[in-house]
Amino acid sequence: MAEPGGRAASSPLVGGATEPTLAALSVPGRRAWSMPELDVPPTPLDLPEANGEAPPLPEVSERDLVAHFTRLAQRNFAVDLGAYPLGSCTMKYNPKVCDWAAELPGFRDLHPATPAAQSQGALAVLFEAERVLCEITGMARATFQPPAGASGELTGLLIMRAFHRAEGNPRSKVIIPDSAHGTNPASVSLAGYQAVPVPSNHRGMVDLDSLRRLVDADVAGLMLTNPNTLGLFEEEIESIAAVLHAAGALVYYDGANLNAVLGIARPGDMGFDIVHSNLHKTFATPHGGGGPGAGPVAVVEHLAPYLPGPLPARRPDGTLGWEMPPASIGRVHGSHGNFLVVVRALTYMLALGGPGLRRVAERSVLNARYLQSLITAEYDPAFPAPCMHEFVASAARLKRETGTRALDVAKALLDLGFHAPTMYFPLIVEEALMVEPTETESPETLEALAAALLAVAGRARQDPGTAHDHPRRTPVSRPDEARAARKPVLTWFMEEA
Amino acid sequence: MDFTPHTPADVERLLASLGLEDPADLFAHLPPGVRLQRDLDVPAPMAEATLMDALASLAARNADLVCFAGGGIYDHHLPPVVRALTLRPEFVTSYTPYQSEVSQGVLQALFEYQSMVAAITGLPVANASLYDGATAALEAVNLAVAATRRRALWVSRGLSPRTREVVATFARARDFTVVEHPLVDGRTVWERSAEPAPALVLVAQPNYLGYIEDYAAARAAAADAGALLAAAVDPMLLGVLRSPGSAGCDLALGEGQPLGSPPAFGGPGLGLFAGTAALLHRMPGRLVGRTVDGEGRVAYTLTLRAREQDIRREKASSNICTNQSLNAVAAAVHLAWLGPGGLAEVGRQSVQKAHYLAARLCRLPGARLAAAAPFAREFCLHLPADPATVVAAMAERGYLAGIPVPDDYPEVPGGLLVAVTERRTRAELDGYVAALEEVLRHG
Ligand SMILES: Cc1ncc(COP(=O)(O)O)c(C=O)c1O
Repeated sequence: MAEPGGRAASSPLVGGATEPTLAALSVPGRRAWSMPELDVPPTPLDLPEANGEAPPLPEVSERDLVAHFTRLAQRNFAVDLGAYPLGSCTMKYNPKVCDWAAELPGFRDLHPATPAAQSQGALAVLFEAERVLCEITGMARATFQPPAGASGELTGLLIMRAFHRAEGNPRSKVIIPDSAHGTNPASVSLAGYQAVPVPSNHRGMVDLDSLRRLVDADVAGLMLTNPNTLGLFEEEIESIAAVLHAAGALVYYDGANLNAVLGIARPGDMGFDIVHSNLHKTFATPHGGGGPGAGPVAVVEHLAPYLPGPLPARRPDGTLGWEMPPASIGRVHGSHGNFLVVVRALTYMLALGGPGLRRVAERSVLNARYLQSLITAEYDPAFPAPCMHEFVASAARLKRETGTRALDVAKALLDLGFHAPTMYFPLIVEEALMVEPTETESPETLEALAAALLAVAGRARQDPGTAHDHPRRTPVSRPDEARAARKPVLTWFMEEA
Repeated sequence: MDFTPHTPADVERLLASLGLEDPADLFAHLPPGVRLQRDLDVPAPMAEATLMDALASLAARNADLVCFAGGGIYDHHLPPVVRALTLRPEFVTSYTPYQSEVSQGVLQALFEYQSMVAAITGLPVANASLYDGATAALEAVNLAVAATRRRALWVSRGLSPRTREVVATFARARDFTVVEHPLVDGRTVWERSAEPAPALVLVAQPNYLGYIEDYAAARAAAADAGALLAAAVDPMLLGVLRSPGSAGCDLALGEGQPLGSPPAFGGPGLGLFAGTAALLHRMPGRLVGRTVDGEGRVAYTLTLRAREQDIRREKASSNICTNQSLNAVAAAVHLAWLGPGGLAEVGRQSVQKAHYLAARLCRLPGARLAAAAPFAREFCLHLPADPATVVAAMAERGYLAGIPVPDDYPEVPGGLLVAVTERRTRAELDGYVAALEEVLRHG
């Protein structure tokens, strides 16, 4: 088996010792800040609502600050350190040239209120990214305002509501598969709809007969991921869309899994009306430890009037300006969305072009299928259909035979220098391990990861008692979650109390 | 470019092991009707150097102007140490810290962010970030509606128009009643229409036009109506202005971009969100808590997860999943760099310079402040010319002169909103005055 580190696999973290908080490092009178002297004549000001005393922030030197955050960084695993097969999250390599583009002062230092004449470059980024995204998804227009996938979902659902309202009745229900991501039902509620689950069939796909029974004149739409959250392509997608459309309902595409079908199949051609895409998954923008992302929403022609605005538009003189769609649902972000994320994504799209985008889909599927084939001896595919860019394996057999759960497998992997797969999602698979290797991992890494997964299972069979011991080589072992929730310490002030 | 590592031999070997010959075979089970039968119509692939030239020339088409625009996004000094630490790949290329054992760095940084947001807002609980200031207001509305089971909102017209638009988008869809309360002489007058009873009273401090609101008036309006009170704050002024917590607010929110993030055409910014202990279990978004591991060592973890979408699904307190963690880490570094003294000094200098500039501008013929109320670092100027035309002419001279106040402010027709940070030098302030004088003279 390949050793962690080096070419093939990942490496464990170096940051072992507990790091004190900034509050603990604080020394009264110490400081990092500097500022030029005030260079205008001071005016005596008697501001109302003035602060009696400065807020209790820590006082540290710049040197301490740097050491502190550098040590914290060393206590964190990341794509740049090694394989991160976290299903549904598309943790691919984030090209440095995209970061470079986002740091260009012309983008980074631009104020959102800059008039169009002085921000033609930024408008061109949004305009061009919209064009490329619409071509990839088979849609007509797109907005980049939504700052993440969930915000894109809410935006799409508000468009759905505005469309139905214009037709005379906003309707009350939205159908989502029982395998859907949690943001789907949460967004449905936030948009004022009732979430109605549709079961999956024995092949892990939407059960068409159940769907037919659920669809009526009060259904506003269906939200679907395709490939779905089991990593399977919904082969009856055309019939599914037809059922919804026949009832006057819309079909929403959760683009979290778009990576698998870039240049292969377009949501628009599958019958979807509204598509959100996660630039922080498919288009390689980094996740930043949880964000920022971008969740642009693209729609078919007849829904374009409802998009949030303003949108970039070409003016008769050839320059770009802003235009409000005529029946816009209104703004969903305070500015133009997470613009620097869009800059990164456009850079990525331009780097790859059509052939490169298609290659992403091909190799992400190839890698997933290969990895899956290497581990079936211990981890059963949740469903028999061929997987796309990710697969859901079940550790149920291992659990039954050794008591080792999906959680234990995930934690043991951390000790072997890999990030864990997504666990216990989707909810319909027992002891689910959702694995997404992405196209940027090499065959050697996949083989090392497979070897690690099999070794974990092998050890569990030899010595079932050790399953709960992991991880041991990480900066901390399993945290006491119950204690964290029972007596929440959410700030260093609570700790003092 | 190609970021996949596979050689042609690799592809062949992997395909063969699966009993396949061609990459197209991987998709053979897709229905033919959905298969794209042509190449994508997108620009041809670019090599890195070509790509960099293309992006650089796009960026160069954005003008480099001396910034006097604000409205939530401000041009403060951004210390290099903030970027140097925040852009470490361990922070940049990790996912949400679900696996605590290998995510202690991000988790602790977010815990420290939560602590410092609590410190500046004067409220006990802060979350690990929301998208931006405007969507943070949407979350406050959603929280208040759930907490009070009421469906009306009182919103000060001093709340930024962009934020009000985002709230309106949401309110329209959900049939919430939004009652806007006007600005009179620069400050909100809370008109006590009794019905319908509001879930939330939402005030901005300072307000969009730069004026300092009377917290007591907002507090009284909320208390009389039995509503929650939320203040949208400018975080860079919390070293000089009273904290929303000490002023009796239940929630504080705001655009946190000035803390650690560049203007970036307005995003990624940072949604600040803090509240009272009573609202803890209704908080939207992620919360990091401190606990211990199996060996008794300090450990951080995402906690009170039962509020969140992946656990509670349609009953979650919010739909947010991906947030603005990296911007929150940047804010933590920046706040620690500033400390109490630096935060106070940024605020003091910004306010002083704004007053210097306002006084000088008011000497220009026909220019005057929109209202006499006290302001902080941003002010609204009446000009004897159309503000959009003025902004265009000033841009020719190298200045982003401010934000023309939108039409929905009949209170200040023809207003120009001017923002000042500590970063503007006296030479820039005087240059601005001279340029504006010229613009006004030549029409
Ligand atoms: C299938 C699916 N849908 C929606 C989302 C939500 O996206 P975001 O986290 O950007 O809000 C995710 C990612 O977490 C996902 O995996």
